[in-house]
Amino acid sequence: MSDNARFFDEMSGGAGGPRQPYADYQRWFEGEDIANLRRKSDEAETFFRRTGITFNVYGAAEATERLIPFDIVPRILSGREWSRLARGIEQRVRAINAFLHDIYHRQEILRSGRVPKEIIAQNVAFLPQMIGMTPPGGVYTHIVGTDLVRTGEDEFYVLEDNARTPSGVSYMLENRETMLQMFPELFTRIRVRPVSDYPTRLRRSLAASAPAACNGKPVVAVLTPGIHNSAYFEHSFLADQMGAELVEGSDLRVVDGRIAMRTTQGYQPIDVLYRRVDDDFLDPLIFNPQSMLGVPGIFDIYRAGGITIANAPGTGICDDKAIYSYMPDIVEFYTGEKAILKNVPTWRCSEPEALKHVLDNLAELVVKEVHGSGGYGMLVGPAASKKELAAFRAKLEARPGNYIAQPTLALSTVPILTKAGLAPRHVDLRPYVLVSPDRIDIVPGGLTRVALKAGSLVVNSSQGGGTKDTWVLEE
Amino acid sequence: MLGKTAGGLFWMFRYLERSENTARLVEAGFRMALTRGGDPADEWASVIDTAGARAAYLARYDAFEGGSVVDLLLRDREYSSSVLSSIETARSNARLVRTALTREVWEATNEAWMTIKAILQRPVREQDMTHVLGLIRQQSALVRGALHGSMLRNDGYDFARIGTFLERADNTARILDVKYYVLLPSLAQIGSSLDNMQWESVLRSVAGQRAYRWITGGEIAPMGVAEFVILDGRMPRSLAFSVMKLADNLSFLENEYGARHASQERAEALRAKLRDNSIDTIFEQGLHEFLVDFLADIAALGAQIEQDYRFTG
Repeated sequence: MSDNARFFDEMSGGAGGPRQPYADYQRWFEGEDIANLRRKSDEAETFFRRTGITFNVYGAAEATERLIPFDIVPRILSGREWSRLARGIEQRVRAINAFLHDIYHRQEILRSGRVPKEIIAQNVAFLPQMIGMTPPGGVYTHIVGTDLVRTGEDEFYVLEDNARTPSGVSYMLENRETMLQMFPELFTRIRVRPVSDYPTRLRRSLAASAPAACNGKPVVAVLTPGIHNSAYFEHSFLADQMGAELVEGSDLRVVDGRIAMRTTQGYQPIDVLYRRVDDDFLDPLIFNPQSMLGVPGIFDIYRAGGITIANAPGTGICDDKAIYSYMPDIVEFYTGEKAILKNVPTWRCSEPEALKHVLDNLAELVVKEVHGSGGYGMLVGPAASKKELAAFRAKLEARPGNYIAQPTLALSTVPILTKAGLAPRHVDLRPYVLVSPDRIDIVPGGLTRVALKAGSLVVNSSQGGGTKDTWVLEE
Repeated sequence: MLGKTAGGLFWMFRYLERSENTARLVEAGFRMALTRGGDPADEWASVIDTAGARAAYLARYDAFEGGSVVDLLLRDREYSSSVLSSIETARSNARLVRTALTREVWEATNEAWMTIKAILQRPVREQDMTHVLGLIRQQSALVRGALHGSMLRNDGYDFARIGTFLERADNTARILDVKYYVLLPSLAQIGSSLDNMQWESVLRSVAGQRAYRWITGGEIAPMGVAEFVILDGRMPRSLAFSVMKLADNLSFLENEYGARHASQERAEALRAKLRDNSIDTIFEQGLHEFLVDFLADIAALGAQIEQDYRFTG
């Protein structure tokens, strides 16, 4: 069977002609010269290098800065497709915040038996320090990245929820900026909903969650682990675009019951800290005592309402893939509605029957670590060798509770520009969701990640994936 | 503005200035070696001394020789003041303070780093020297142009300028100090072509040969050169000009912050010292002594600025 028949292609739809959202683009594309487009594609790389949009790679011999490859063919969604996705995402994110509040307060969902108690007890991201504490404005996840995949015309699945510190939004913005510079004529011809106000919306959303101690205009700062962090470019980019200070732990200390930053004119209190530092490193007095990245005492200030930490500590429980498997129940429990967006069917290997099924069908399944992320430590059955399968089987048998398994999804494809012209590659989509006390705000679009190798289903940038600009068309 | 950010801007522009000045120094040395008869080793040794790199040089090489001197000063990664190291340090400071820079300044800095890194990847051949040195100067001019053309005139700009002029005052004073003996009238054989060349080399290192000719109508006299490079407030690389700019920028900070600091007193005192001095009294009291004092004052001023504006904890 050819790839074209097995996988849903978002441009052609498999039927030869372009699907409706791609019709205008296709018409434009047919009038273009491939060699010229290839040249433009090389220009894009120069553009990214010049602007310094790079990420640092861990473990490389020399600390190198690498580019995430960018493909110039946009990923296009119709306004109608988007509004359905947006409704589903909003519902899910609302449920996630209600769930987090419940887990750190009365734990009704555990009492009702809809979600087993063990799954929280065993969750490494659960923070007992958060019990009974309500973050300012009741918001736990100020920023969420909901990873979606598609398998057909109306078939969208949530692949995972990133409620901890979703990254990549700077690529969403820079990809659009690059496209605007390279193909202005396309944007005259096709009406694409803008994404460039994301930083303004992010700032507004963060400021709306300011703590009780804030008097006057909320002071927002971005906390970065520093210049050597792989996502440093994004941290500085977002701070710059929001007009917020970019701080490190060494710039901060407790002054008069507030977290304050050392400025040229003395210490100034911060109201909202958008932190890109993991929970464990946030406060050496409470969490990892070795941490140099955080601020000693910040957690006490937080509990006393002296600062907003975004996202709240302890939200990582929702990134857990065992929790993920209960997400349809969680949505229903808190919203009283059926989940609009589907979950990928998931076998929890902690359950003996599920484990047996997984072991019997290992070569057809994708197996993931419960706490893993970034595509590390995962098995893609159909792509694995006999040896890899055997090795993974041993790991599964040794610690079944550490894994979940899912069917290998027939991820949709979108073409990329190769030397030979357009060629289909698998994609996913991460929209970015902003949560403030009064509303949930979703920027139309997101980051489309694309596997650059033919046939590959792994889109992570750390594993050789690239990105595309994502267009949501005006209705 | 964060103290760390102010410090990052200060050091970013110090290192940019240093890379440009080191390139000028190599350019002057290269020219001397070409135009002067006999053994150029002395000239290269003096270039190394001016850069303050004698220990670093002798740890690597035995004899003073053009190729090695150029290699150390332009592209030695282990030597922290080489052009390559300076531009790398400038660029990592720029990354650190990315939020305080306009996109234009950041891109110009990033591009300067990429360009200079690429041309200094291999040892510079003699036939490429002019091109390479020109490119280094041009790249730093591009960053400066972006700074002037796009940055808000606020505290960030002031710290960038303070870093620039602190470094420039230091570098110009060092150039003079290494050559001070050729500027002393008692030792100079007036009119000898050798000394003319030496004075011209000083002027060249501070990009002042043309301006000096216009001001003096073509006559080169040692005291005149010293006066020009130390006291002339019109000459953008002179000590007087650099110190004036330092004091100005510190007073802009005073206006913006509404607070006066010890560093400002120091800068004003230094400005007064240069204004109230004539070249005759400087020579009477000893040019070398004057320059040594000046370098110490500049270092103390730098430390005071760092403290006043909380660059570090």
